[in-house]
Amino acid sequence: MPELLDAAIQRPNFVTFILLLLAGLYICVSHPNLIKKLIGLYLVQNSVIFYFVTISAKEGATVPVLLDPSRPVQAEAFVNPLPHVLTLTAIVVQVATLGVSLGIVSAINKRFGSFDEEAILEKLQ
Amino acid sequence: MTYSFELPLLLLLLLTAGAAIVAKDLLSAVLLLGSYSFFLALVWAWLGAVDVAFVEAVVGAGLATVFFLLTLFNAGRGGIRFRRASPPLAAVVVLPVLAGLLLYAANDLPQLGDPQAPASVHVSPEYLTRAYAETQTTNIVTAVLMDYRALDTLIETVVVFTSGIACWLLLRRDSE
Repeated sequence: MPELLDAAIQRPNFVTFILLLLAGLYICVSHPNLIKKLIGLYLVQNSVIFYFVTISAKEGATVPVLLDPSRPVQAEAFVNPLPHVLTLTAIVVQVATLGVSLGIVSAINKRFGSFDEEAILEKLQ
Repeated sequence: MTYSFELPLLLLLLLTAGAAIVAKDLLSAVLLLGSYSFFLALVWAWLGAVDVAFVEAVVGAGLATVFFLLTLFNAGRGGIRFRRASPPLAAVVVLPVLAGLLLYAANDLPQLGDPQAPASVHVSPEYLTRAYAETQTTNIVTAVLMDYRALDTLIETVVVFTSGIACWLLLRRDSE
């Protein structure tokens, strides 16, 4: 058990990722308000992207931009660019899906006059 | 890797995320979420992911907050406040178990900043060493995004276009 705790303390980003993911999941399943559910969904997506970027970090490395391209490139001197590219796509798609879901929530609100799940269910019956 | 600069940022990240979750007012929850995105962008800039930090600051902290605010202001004041509800039992049981399992797996993951991490030794050095000769682009993230994965980026813009059409269809005035 102590070595497990130590392993977790050595990886502060992973612990942050777990906390953000679980907080987002919790609010996603437990809160009756639709906007709060979307905030939870946003936290879940963002926490996974956060962990992806964490994987790319290298100790003592700099940003993946070549200042002097004539010199040969040492791969250890630059952080891993591949997770960055994946997450760039993921962030844009995340905001696109967020826009569509907020549009749906806005249409629901226009018809039923509430963001609350149970108020909407009552009006449906 | 020293954490002295990163730990306060991570704490601010958790604090703003938690505040966005517990805030009683939807408007303040949305604004706290915007500041959360901004702190996330700072953490990414610290980790060396400047391109991701730019995108998060513009798209995450800017555009997503604007989307949330537009939805709230369309709804008027009536929809902004809400009531509390008791959490479901399944969430209270399952989520701590999930947290325990994830922490149990922490030991098998590479440490933060390990240059020998599996993700950093497979194909990534090939991209780093060959990108300039093959694409004449000094920013390697741009080289991968726009040259090696150009089709992927094209489909991504198709996704954004589709979501724009979907929003327009949902929100046009004469939707009755």
